[in-house]
Amino acid sequence: MYRSHVLVCGGTGCTSSNSQKIIEALEREIAANDLTEEVKVVKTGCFGLCALGPIMIVYPEGCFYSRVQEEDIPEIVSEHLLKGRIVTRLLYDETVGKDEIKALNETDFYKKQVRVALRNCGVINPESLDEYIAMDGYQALAKCLTEYTPEQVIQVITDSGLRGRGGGGFPTGRKWALCAPNKAPQKYVVCNADEGDPGAFMDRSVLEGDPHCLVEAMAIAGYAIGATKGFVYVRAEYPIAVKRLQIAIDEAREAGLLGKDIFGSGFDFDMEIRLGAGAFVCGEETALMTSIEGNRGEPRPRPPYPAVKGLFGCPTVENNVETFANIPQIILKGAEWFASMGTEKSKGTKVFALGGKIKHTGLVEIPMGTTLREIVEEIGGGIPNGKKFKAAQTGGPSGGCIPASLIDTQIDYDNLIAMGCMMGSGGLIVMDEDTCMVDIAKFFLEFTVDESCGKCTPCRVGTKRLLEKLDKITKGNGTLEDIDELEALCHYIKENSLCGLGQTAPNPVLSTLKFFRDEYVAHVVDKKCPAGVCKSLLHYEIVADKCKGCTACARVCPVGAISGTVKNPHSIDVNACIKCGACMEKCRFGAIVKK
Amino acid sequence: MQKKISTLPFKGTPEQAQRLQQVIDANKSDPSKLMGVMQEAQGIYGYLPMEVQQMIADGMGVPLEKVYGVATFYAQFALSPKGVYNVSVCLGTACYVKGSGDLFNKLSETLGIGADECTEDGKFSLTACRCIGACGLAPVLTVNDDVYGRLTVDDIPGILAKYND
Repeated sequence: MYRSHVLVCGGTGCTSSNSQKIIEALEREIAANDLTEEVKVVKTGCFGLCALGPIMIVYPEGCFYSRVQEEDIPEIVSEHLLKGRIVTRLLYDETVGKDEIKALNETDFYKKQVRVALRNCGVINPESLDEYIAMDGYQALAKCLTEYTPEQVIQVITDSGLRGRGGGGFPTGRKWALCAPNKAPQKYVVCNADEGDPGAFMDRSVLEGDPHCLVEAMAIAGYAIGATKGFVYVRAEYPIAVKRLQIAIDEAREAGLLGKDIFGSGFDFDMEIRLGAGAFVCGEETALMTSIEGNRGEPRPRPPYPAVKGLFGCPTVENNVETFANIPQIILKGAEWFASMGTEKSKGTKVFALGGKIKHTGLVEIPMGTTLREIVEEIGGGIPNGKKFKAAQTGGPSGGCIPASLIDTQIDYDNLIAMGCMMGSGGLIVMDEDTCMVDIAKFFLEFTVDESCGKCTPCRVGTKRLLEKLDKITKGNGTLEDIDELEALCHYIKENSLCGLGQTAPNPVLSTLKFFRDEYVAHVVDKKCPAGVCKSLLHYEIVADKCKGCTACARVCPVGAISGTVKNPHSIDVNACIKCGACMEKCRFGAIVKK
Repeated sequence: MQKKISTLPFKGTPEQAQRLQQVIDANKSDPSKLMGVMQEAQGIYGYLPMEVQQMIADGMGVPLEKVYGVATFYAQFALSPKGVYNVSVCLGTACYVKGSGDLFNKLSETLGIGADECTEDGKFSLTACRCIGACGLAPVLTVNDDVYGRLTVDDIPGILAKYND
């Protein structure tokens, strides 16, 4: 028995901010103070508050230390672990109340969260089967194999109302039910862990923090649809996730939780990892299967649907990591429990990756139907630097923007679709008044143009033309006709592309046109960028009253566009200026303005 | 995005070929493992020159064009090697007007390689990059993670010498 447990985050975020060094220093100091028998250090998965990493929690007190540095370790060990005196200066400031220390789940960031998919992330050691089992791990699989028929398993999942968390929101139970009756010598379960949306990392968190959960869920899916083999397709960019998942698969196999005759039920299931190689389109289900087969990851026309003819031509069910992560809990706690959370047609919880212009960036899991205002203002802590909330972008390159006027909308699948957005995998990027919406649309289109696989013409050529038009507008050369043509082309691409990538690629343009058309008009009619982002449409000026003539700007200007004599107001030659902004950064008097 | 294909002579060692052969032997019964074999091959050689692609094609029993097709589809596969030191010259507007184009040409001339190429000894590779946001230091280049700013053509030999021992 240990009297204290120190949990240190070993997720990708905290590993990048050197949590491995912290763990080593901790173990060194603990040994030096002769506490090895009393204090245990556990490397866990992600806690969610990545912006405050490296993160450490000491139990039983539940002290949440943030931004811990190697130099802080001796103090934490000698003060807290040895003498029981909490090192207040390192505590996450929101946990420090007037006279007491608040528990982590009472802070704004965690208060409204309900952790289902992420329940074990940051709680257990992901490289230990025993710890997963201690958290009821593999009980759901045992329950399925010994108490339920495959049909009953599918019924529970259907009744729970779980929908695909990877983007489209297709009911998971229905997907399984479509595949189960198809007779074939071989069937497959595939897990899509090719998380490619810029800014979304919930699947990585589950793989890094709770890999056994995925193994268990895939085995359950295999039992339900009659498949004996599973594939997990993971991005090669996630080395920690791949390593931990492989450890989990090996451990499970050794313990008889994978392989032949699991729990003596006669059910066989085994699984294998396949690595992606950096192609966004492989997140599309048919492209992903083509890639697992060892080919260029191009999508296939549907029908036939994967439930009939999927991987290697066999009936296949493909779900994303977060979807699978919900399965064991639904089996254990029942469909009613899961269906009691969320809205009418979107049940359960959803993990969002909060990013952009927001105070608390990180991963949050909240019940469906939470309003955008709660996410941004309460959980996210609002917009930094006193700026105003302008919009939130969901669904990455396939999604759209929710404007400030709709901030009280409940977030669920159907409300997002109605707004021209999409749940996507759950990236939620917050934007303030300094963000230009035309520029954002252009940013996502650049991404899509790079990632279009080239198989079908509407996507390959259409997205390129969209990007050219957006570029023309942001350069100040656009006309009102361009905006109309842009819109028409968007609809054409949506209707005619082969796969989800092309069908959703115009969404960023369409949704910004819908809610921020005036910004497009300002770019083409007034030749102005209201947010002051599009370089071609703005210029720098020196306010004569404020300029002291210190010459700092003239010296830093890379192109010599600033002229003036010492102690006299300077001026900028707008024709020579390349708008790099170096002068504005250098000026100590706030005399340089961007217009 | 078109990939730069290396014109450097292939200099694989017998040990590397043997390691690749082991990987191929372990996987050749399953054609779907092609990508995995290519990932391991890139781990062994650092990139996938045509010779290595041919070895994979022969070993796995698939046409070379299939291997080439996969290699060019995925961003992860490199057809041209990267040097131990990757020199990246900013060709953004601020740097360009301050003469980064000249820096690039000087580097290209000194090292004897063009954009996205690698020197024969595998030491240096040269790339052009977009603005890295250090306009105040223009013109700028980076060598791996080191940033050098306010440069003239005459600074180039000194910078290269630092990495040339």
